[in-house]
Amino acid sequence: MLEVFIFATLNGLVTGFLLFMLASGLTLIFSMMGVLNFAHASFYMLGAYFAYSLSLYFGFWTGLIFAPLIVGTLGALVERYGLRKVHASGHVAELVFTFGLAFLIEESIQFFWGRDTKNYQTPDLLDFPLFTLFGQEFSAYRGFMMAISIGIFIALYYVLTKSRVGIIIQAAITHPQTVSNLGHNVPLIFMGVFGVGTALAGLAGVIAGPVLTTFPGMATVLGSIVFVIVIIGGLGSLAGAFIASLLIGLLQSYAIASDVGMPDLLSLLGISFDRGHPLNDLWTMNLPQIAPVLPYLLLVLVLIFRPTGLLGKREE
Amino acid sequence: MLKVSDLHAFYGKSHILQGVNFNVAEGEIVSLLGRNGVGRSTTVKTIMGEVEPHGSIQFKGNEIAGKKSFEIAHLGLGYVPENRDIFPTLTVRQNLTLGMKTNTPQGRWNIDEMFSMFPNLAERADVQGGALSGGEQQMLCMCRTLMGDPDMIMIDEPTEGLAPKIVEQLANLLQEIANRGVSILLVEQKLSIALKISNRLYVMGHGKIVYEGTPESLLQADDVKAEWLEV
Repeated sequence: MLEVFIFATLNGLVTGFLLFMLASGLTLIFSMMGVLNFAHASFYMLGAYFAYSLSLYFGFWTGLIFAPLIVGTLGALVERYGLRKVHASGHVAELVFTFGLAFLIEESIQFFWGRDTKNYQTPDLLDFPLFTLFGQEFSAYRGFMMAISIGIFIALYYVLTKSRVGIIIQAAITHPQTVSNLGHNVPLIFMGVFGVGTALAGLAGVIAGPVLTTFPGMATVLGSIVFVIVIIGGLGSLAGAFIASLLIGLLQSYAIASDVGMPDLLSLLGISFDRGHPLNDLWTMNLPQIAPVLPYLLLVLVLIFRPTGLLGKREE
Repeated sequence: MLKVSDLHAFYGKSHILQGVNFNVAEGEIVSLLGRNGVGRSTTVKTIMGEVEPHGSIQFKGNEIAGKKSFEIAHLGLGYVPENRDIFPTLTVRQNLTLGMKTNTPQGRWNIDEMFSMFPNLAERADVQGGALSGGEQQMLCMCRTLMGDPDMIMIDEPTEGLAPKIVEQLANLLQEIANRGVSILLVEQKLSIALKISNRLYVMGHGKIVYEGTPESLLQADDVKAEWLEV
């Protein structure tokens, strides 16, 4: 039981930190521009594909460094020559733009890389168990994923709260005109944050690609969960996104690892049903089966009881 | 230093500034007076690039009409807005840091000097800006703009809602700023501070300059005061 709990916690943290790498960029971009970037997870997918291609010729580590840089540059260009121009037409136009961009990226990936799953592998250097506990192995690559994610979290925290650039970003989010009056180029700051946000999504794709498989639907799989995270955390709240990412990562991991189901609950209540009952599938459902639905269930609960999200603020 | 010629500005279809002309020389304190709604704040917002200008605005010989706010600030024009707009979640020190255009303070002012001039701000250096009193926020806002080492600052209604003692402190600061060679355009409704510290005054009415003179000449121009200033 203890080993299940420990490994579920470790895996939950790995997933949670990975989700935060995506959610942090999404929620920062929302804070600044007031628009939810529907194409955010597509940049995550681009990261995985660029890294896959680079790894074929130059190895995994080259992909790890250059793929996020390429994705970040693309993201900055999208903001400069796309979103900024659409911004004048209002939020609906921006939403439609990012929605269209998500389709464009997915179709482009299928066009250039095909529809099949890519054989994007973890590097040989990390192909060993980091430790063995109760006879179970925890791979070095998962440890590496966790280290990268925690490193990014600390760097992001430091830059945003301690550095001058971070102070300017914080101020530009709430008072862009005042910051501009003080001599800071706010559009350039926004472009930079968009670029860094998409680069982080790209980095998440690079490190998640070998584990969660690299295929054209990977943006769809994770994209909706990332949206759930920023809403549960509170739109625009970085700390909220962090808490929600870990919460969902751990929740899903514990659910998958658990061995509990409806039959256990019903037997506790002294109720039993025939196998031939029309709703047999429902009565025999177990927690691992409903694990993928749990984030959405949590979203519904948050929307009912705290519509602003965990740390979100109601708009004045 | 600043020369505004035939400046027009619009809010939607409303024609707010209807050909404003005035100038501010180097090291001069000039006040822009007038009742609420005559276009004083719109004038400084238009100079700063917040409102689209139609006409000519020359600052240190450069045409700045149509430039972006941050470009204008980089040329050396500072602006202290009417609503103060301090960053409420940032500390006093962080607010001041934001005023600097580069990583290190340059020119006439630095944080330690600001703190010695305003011990209240020094005592609350690590307190969030939102927790300061109105007077402290006004001082912080002025200091923040000065940290960018402007050659001229435009200050919109700095005495609004402040206690007489703080207004006195503010007048001393404005004098100190001018003594260091920084020109000041003071937008005010209250005559007292404007008459006390200004070299020249302009009175606005219906989106235009309707009077230009010195504090002494305005004191004697009872008709101007009655028609354009008294409430």
